[in-house]
Amino acid sequence: MPKELWKGNEAIAEASVRAGLEAYFGYPITPQTEVLEYLSRRMPELGRAFVQAESELGAINMVYGAACTGVRVMSSSSSPGMSLMMEGVSYIAGTEVPAVLVNVMRGGPGLGNIAPAQADYNQAVHGGGHGDYQPIVLAPASVQEAIDLMGLSFDLAEKYRSICMVILDGCVGQMMEPAQMPEMKPIKRANWDWATDGKMGKRERRILSSIYLDPIEEEKMNLRVLKRWKTIEANEVRYKEYFLDDAEFVIIGFGTAGRVALSAVREARAEGIKVGLLRPITVSPFPFEVIDQLTARVDAFLVTEMNSGQMLEDVRLAVKGRVPVEFYGRMGGVVPFPDEILNEIHRMAKVKLSVDIHPRDAWLERMTHA
Amino acid sequence: MLKENLVYDRPEGFTDTPTHYCPGCTHGVAHRLVAEVLEEMGVIDRTIGVAPVGCSVFAYNYFDTDFVEAPHGRAPAMATGVKRVMPDRIVFTYQGDGDLASIGMGEIVHAAARGENITVIFINNANFGMTGGQMAPTTLPGMKTSSSVNGRDVETQGYPIRVSEMLSTLDGVGYCVRRSLHDPKNIRLAKKAIRMAFEVQARGLGFSVVELLSTCPTNWGMTPVNSLKFVEEHMMPAYPLGDFKVSDAIKQIKI
Amino acid sequence: MPAKGWIEVSDTYCKGCEICIGACPQSVIELNMSHLTPKGYHPAHTFKDGCTGCAICAVVCPDAAITVYREMTKVAAPISV
Repeated sequence: MPKELWKGNEAIAEASVRAGLEAYFGYPITPQTEVLEYLSRRMPELGRAFVQAESELGAINMVYGAACTGVRVMSSSSSPGMSLMMEGVSYIAGTEVPAVLVNVMRGGPGLGNIAPAQADYNQAVHGGGHGDYQPIVLAPASVQEAIDLMGLSFDLAEKYRSICMVILDGCVGQMMEPAQMPEMKPIKRANWDWATDGKMGKRERRILSSIYLDPIEEEKMNLRVLKRWKTIEANEVRYKEYFLDDAEFVIIGFGTAGRVALSAVREARAEGIKVGLLRPITVSPFPFEVIDQLTARVDAFLVTEMNSGQMLEDVRLAVKGRVPVEFYGRMGGVVPFPDEILNEIHRMAKVKLSVDIHPRDAWLERMTHA
Repeated sequence: MLKENLVYDRPEGFTDTPTHYCPGCTHGVAHRLVAEVLEEMGVIDRTIGVAPVGCSVFAYNYFDTDFVEAPHGRAPAMATGVKRVMPDRIVFTYQGDGDLASIGMGEIVHAAARGENITVIFINNANFGMTGGQMAPTTLPGMKTSSSVNGRDVETQGYPIRVSEMLSTLDGVGYCVRRSLHDPKNIRLAKKAIRMAFEVQARGLGFSVVELLSTCPTNWGMTPVNSLKFVEEHMMPAYPLGDFKVSDAIKQIKI
Repeated sequence: MPAKGWIEVSDTYCKGCEICIGACPQSVIELNMSHLTPKGYHPAHTFKDGCTGCAICAVVCPDAAITVYREMTKVAAPISV
């Protein structure tokens, strides 16, 4: 297929359709609404299910119902709406049914604003709903990558009977880029051995529920899901490396922050500074191992995010205090310019870095006293 | 024993599991009527139930059909998800008044307004049973519950919601009636209504809901028999039985 | 002559709620105080003749615990030619 100009949100919608999406349930919220609008046209013309729900609570529970029948189903929202969905997210995780959710993140907390942000990292990666569960979380940095990851997200969700969340920010959702769509995949209903799609004279009845009244049984479920998570961690970590071979400094950033950092890395390279970029594509499972390996051979890390340093804590877990980790973040819907990150690279190349101060504290000091 | 001697037997739509309901709770009657109707219509095999949160949270243990278990109040949304991707299945929710009329008011109203082709069995027993008899939106004025110990004071705790009357104002609703489970005659009428509600769905004639006045002997602090009298003497005047919406197309159905 | 019927009350399901006792038009049901179900309830039983097999007890029973039978009225013998 040739490249076409696609808007991020619409690209996500079409890529999902082509991956075999059978049902979409959503609710309008900026900067995600184009996903809903696009599918309100596209799904009915293909004879597939589309409902604009009464709320995100309604939408996520429609997703939950459809997911129980074993079809490919998704919803999308933005930060405040995603918070509302967390009830259903926990139930879906507790019932072990596959579902795909897209969060086009905006500035927060509260109503915040409609500018691009990455402040829902902790909610997505470390579990925003109640109880023990870990969703798979993918973070695209371009329209093309968003398209590619939508197909993957359905495959992963089904393979592991898991929630697969795709988190992007308003930048990727709203911008237009040339991108290539995959071929339309025909709808194939898998004959799952767990789906509640009616006995139809072929089998015993099935129940899908997140209730395990006996604590011992609930713990068994917790262990089962945790073991599955270990398999996911072993098999599904994805990331992109840029200029890492001889890097003395490594920047780590996901999504738009990673993409902005790449521009800074290229400029720094042009100046002769040996800096590289690691851009996690799966922020959950997190690429702990590659960071651990890098720690052995680099001088320092710089974590850059559009939040107050949420992924930073995961990087610090991987680095274990062996080399300095620096942080540069913008919050509230502010997108950093490459120059800002280049300045950080210059600073790191110049001054003696310490492992003794928390990188967030040092950054806060610089932010508020600059 | 000759098979022809049999007048009444436990319906095939039921599993062998005894219910967890308190002795005399009419949830059991409502369950039995649904099971009988599904059996008589021959749709057990293609039915998917949606259980609520509340006393009937374990409804999925009792019906011999596929079942999913919804978060509190969200059963109509979940049923929407199931029905939209499986339009040839029979999909029903079974919800109490805490579930449907309190936390789930948004979901039920919008499922009804969309005319979702699902059937809702709504149990009105004027309190939250599962958590120990707290005040519900359906609690009668002056009625004592564990969270309205001096009786529901309408000045501070508001007035009961008449769900059927309210839902019947929505154009998406095809069939909306209230029945009672307090005596044999009304139980038979309730069964006819449940049958009609499922027939409505089977014919794709829109949203169908049957509200059933039900007892809660344990939390009302009454014997099961006295609870039935309470329904007749106190609940029926507040929640009159009747057909609140029967669309013209549905009036043509003969069962 | 009224029809003759009988009921069987399941020990598995009956919870001794007494609703069938009040509903029985013939007043032939009571709790069996000399018997306990495995769950510890005194189950319903018929304590005297008079059951017509009308099944009203089964209609009101919240636990589908009652099976109802009725004696068949005599049918004409098949005609042989």
